[in-house]
Amino acid sequence: MESIIEIKNVYYQYEKDYVLENISLSIPKGAFLAIVGPNGSGKSTLLKLILGLLKVQTGKIYLFGQEQGKFKDWQKIGYVSQKANSFNTGFPATVFEVVASGLTKKMGIFKVFKKEHSAQVVEAVEAVGMRDFIHRNIGELSGGQQQRVFIARALVSEPELLILDEPTVGVDVENVNNFYQMLAHLNKNKGITLLMVTHDIGTVSDKVSHVACLNKHLHFHGDTNQFEQMRMEEMSKVYGHDVHLLTHHHEHGGARQ
Amino acid sequence: MIQGIFQYEFLQNAFLTGIMIGFLAPLLGVFIVVRRLSLIADALSHVTLAGIAASLLMEKYFSAMTGINPLYLGMVFSVGGSLFIEKLRSVYSHYQELAIPIILSGGIGLGVIFISLANGFNTDLFSYLFGSVSAVSRTDLMVILAISIIVVAAVLLLYKELFLLSFDEEYAKASGIAAKSIHFVFIIMVALVIAASMRVVGILLVSSLMTLPVAASIRIAKGFKQTIFFSILFGEISVLGGLFAAYHLDLAPGGTIVILSIFILLMVIFYKKINVKIYKAGGV
Repeated sequence: MESIIEIKNVYYQYEKDYVLENISLSIPKGAFLAIVGPNGSGKSTLLKLILGLLKVQTGKIYLFGQEQGKFKDWQKIGYVSQKANSFNTGFPATVFEVVASGLTKKMGIFKVFKKEHSAQVVEAVEAVGMRDFIHRNIGELSGGQQQRVFIARALVSEPELLILDEPTVGVDVENVNNFYQMLAHLNKNKGITLLMVTHDIGTVSDKVSHVACLNKHLHFHGDTNQFEQMRMEEMSKVYGHDVHLLTHHHEHGGARQ
Repeated sequence: MIQGIFQYEFLQNAFLTGIMIGFLAPLLGVFIVVRRLSLIADALSHVTLAGIAASLLMEKYFSAMTGINPLYLGMVFSVGGSLFIEKLRSVYSHYQELAIPIILSGGIGLGVIFISLANGFNTDLFSYLFGSVSAVSRTDLMVILAISIIVVAAVLLLYKELFLLSFDEEYAKASGIAAKSIHFVFIIMVALVIAASMRVVGILLVSSLMTLPVAASIRIAKGFKQTIFFSILFGEISVLGGLFAAYHLDLAPGGTIVILSIFILLMVIFYKKINVKIYKAGGV
């Protein structure tokens, strides 16, 4: 199968110590991959390398078959950063304006916003279930709603790959499940490949198609069935000893009162 | 004043400059305020002062300099200062606001040296400190008109990039936008507008025209475009109302403009408070 991202033997060090060692990973088209790992495990570094926010030191990264560095088609990749929910909440911008800003690169410099762009923005806002809030200021929304807006901003340029860095930080517990369902829906119905870095190992495992565990080394990479079997031993390797894993196998939405 | 405008060229100049500055300063001010760089205008205006002082000093010693508008060298200094601020902001990436006091004090220091070399204050320099709208010449007017056209065109063409950079710099970079070059263009525009505004309100009050209308607008606007609209509206009311009041009451125009914009700001805060109360009372 065609792979969207191909990472080959990547190492990365900030000063002396390696944050990433010998990472190899291949993400097939249409996958929903979750990378899980503790704080400081190099998850964000790996994402930054993929996005070109950090320079690859050793090894190779290929995006859509092209080497990172020569890759130019950035509109194929949508990005939702971890920091999205720590932006200046007093910023005077409506949901519409924030989502429309996702078209900036695709439209190109010196181009002015037109009617057809408006339609695209409305569609993206609808896809994340925020139609009723489109003219509200972004600062008036809850953390979960803001995060949906940022996903809409990434979706509006119709990316083939969506990269999310801990998207549920700041989303209240009740809405986390809904949030992942929305992502799974985008993955299935729009065929968008998803790469997500997260802490929510339990909640995420029944929504995604592939899981990888990262703690300096990439410990595991496979589909979720294999992951379920190897989960205990792998998890203790990644997180250290005595890890209690919580499993969530209730029906969606039914378990809570 | 209305009759006077048709009669006297100096009033026409003052009036037209006021309209342009009342538009430009809040327009760029919106981008500055939302990026939390409000004080950048202060820093650059002090650098502009150094440039003007340098120009007046050179005029004294080199006859070739006479008749050259001091505003030009002021602009050169202002643009230079803006580039320094950018450099310092990347050097102190974790203390970005440090760049502002460094450049501000540098500008004043240099300005004071030039003034002392010229053997003290003269009235000309004084008019740059506090503004003197009646001293706006036809060439000043033309320079400011050129700056207005350039700035408005640049903001229209780069609007979506400027918005994205202000809202979320990391995302802008991740999506492959030429963040550095666009920011560079922006900071040069700010430097030019500051140098141009100086004639109206003076160096010490320039930053107020860039920040006060925006501060009022942010309280009541929905969205970014509306913030720009209200900022410009408040800016124009302050400048034109201020000029009018100053002319009839024989006050200093710069000061009158600033006090008027503070008055607008207070009105808006008051309006918002009342509105919230009514809304709450209605909700119960």
